[in-house]
Amino acid sequence: MPADAAAHPLAGVDARPGVPKPDPILVVDGVSRAFGGLRAVDVAHLEVQRGLITSMIGPNGAGKTTLFNLLTGFDSADSGTWALDGRPLQRAAPHTIARAGMVRTFQLTKALAKMSVLENLLLGAPGQRGERLLSALLPVRWRDQERGVLERAEALLERFTLAHMRDDYAGTLSGGQRKLLEMARALMAEPSLVLLDEPMAGVNPALVQSLLGHVTALRDEGMSIIFIEHDMDVVMGISDWVVCLAQGAIIAEGLPRVVGADPLVIDAYLGTGQADRSEEGS
Amino acid sequence: MEELLKIVADAIRGAIGVQGAAFALAAVGLNLHFGYTGLLNFGHIAFMAVGAYTMAIVVDNGASIWIAVPCGLGAAVVLGLLLGIPTLRLRADYLAITTIAVGEIIRISIRSSAFEPVTGGVFGLQGFANEFFALNPFSPGTYGVWRITFSERSLWVMTVGWTLVALTTLLVWALMRAPWGRVVKAIREDEDAARSLGKNVFAFKIQSLCIGGAIGALAGMVLAMEAQAVVPDRYLPQTTFFIWTVMILGGAGTIKGPIAGSIVFWFIVLATEGLLRQGIDSGLIPDWLLSSQQVAAVRFVLVGLLLMALMIWRPQGIFGKREEVLVGAR
Repeated sequence: MPADAAAHPLAGVDARPGVPKPDPILVVDGVSRAFGGLRAVDVAHLEVQRGLITSMIGPNGAGKTTLFNLLTGFDSADSGTWALDGRPLQRAAPHTIARAGMVRTFQLTKALAKMSVLENLLLGAPGQRGERLLSALLPVRWRDQERGVLERAEALLERFTLAHMRDDYAGTLSGGQRKLLEMARALMAEPSLVLLDEPMAGVNPALVQSLLGHVTALRDEGMSIIFIEHDMDVVMGISDWVVCLAQGAIIAEGLPRVVGADPLVIDAYLGTGQADRSEEGS
Repeated sequence: MEELLKIVADAIRGAIGVQGAAFALAAVGLNLHFGYTGLLNFGHIAFMAVGAYTMAIVVDNGASIWIAVPCGLGAAVVLGLLLGIPTLRLRADYLAITTIAVGEIIRISIRSSAFEPVTGGVFGLQGFANEFFALNPFSPGTYGVWRITFSERSLWVMTVGWTLVALTTLLVWALMRAPWGRVVKAIREDEDAARSLGKNVFAFKIQSLCIGGAIGALAGMVLAMEAQAVVPDRYLPQTTFFIWTVMILGGAGTIKGPIAGSIVFWFIVLATEGLLRQGIDSGLIPDWLLSSQQVAAVRFVLVGLLLMALMIWRPQGIFGKREEVLVGAR
């Protein structure tokens, strides 16, 4: 977290839903998705600032994961547009969106069980020449690139404390290690914006600290991060900006302590009568 | 003793012969589909039929086999595209259902009277293999060691068959060690994960389906050359399931699996049949229990039992890694 509030890039930005940001990496407009009669997502306008950690909070069923699915092409929006660095991505296929620089992880981790931890990472690298059918048969065309990919993968494994499990099947990892693996694998894709869907869920408290450390380190390196999280302490501790969803719509956004104190958020997210407790927490 | 040796020799001859080679070849293709890419292709026979018939029809119309064989491969690729484009975007089970149906549609179409002028209807096509056998470098006679002998014709088909097995196995190996293979295996494990990392899953599946299908077509052509005929009722769905058995027996998702699987499968099938026939002939198996007409059916019952035992005690097949099966079960 930035040291003092004055240095915060969003210090002067109003805490109201849909507020414009000075340097948005992602701009979302009028995105909606209904499942039958249920309006799962209905986001009028959202801008995500570059180079910061934006947390997305909200009660269960608020539409956080659905919004992730829509933005990354894993579900199709009924309406709306969104652009990453000015490049429109609505109606694009998931792989196109990932290649454009917006890479997501999943709430239920998708470790490739029968592949090694290292192979899981190698897969993530973008633009591999050896993935084209004819080049695949000619190692000269991809061997050099593969060496570079391998180096990057090993560095990431080291960083995410998975190096000792390099050659183990990913299916043998614990839940927390899978979260680490998935995050590392997403980073292999060299994203400009990562969407982490509950990266801390089911991870033991000791590991949570190191995961949080990784997330802030990535931010400090200039990556933009959106992450969904339920734990208010985690959100308050790590976020530069917080967006709160309820019933598919953004009901509040702002600096963590502002959103944490917003009565609307406390009502929707923590339930009525919880206002006092949240005051203590922030 | 004498009879027993004969049974063993016959079983070995079948296992390493044309049948063994053709099923190994077909299994190499299916292994690329299912073992590596996770595609549930239950209509592999369709690729074999399309390959064999296209080749036969092209030769029947006066072309050389040097043109006919590429046409057969091309037809298999077209079938792969036709099958894949509508179904591969959907869940895996849709492909499974479609492939079963397509296998039957193709067989029933080629035997229908409507296509008889082209396909020969129920009688099929003959006499397209002359040019192939004219290339036979082996002079007439019998070749082999001990009791395992082959005619020069069989030896020629076998040689071509096993050479193709070697080449296609090499192809699959080369693909699997490359990043292409990594993506395909990732699709088998979880295609959404592959998508989220920017891989065009659909394109990789189509490629896998077409390459595996073309290898299946080669297997169909080898069998057609051996029989020197294509007859629609040789392309029954059960053949697809034998190929699945071969692949799983050898170990799905392994390089050598299809080869070992095919040899072992045919050895077991033929040895079982030989033993049963011998038992009936010698009176060891009484007539009321089993007659010689029933042997062909009963041998597959026994093969089924054997496979059940294998799945219980060695689910990974001959070459598979046990940890992989255990990891997958989590």
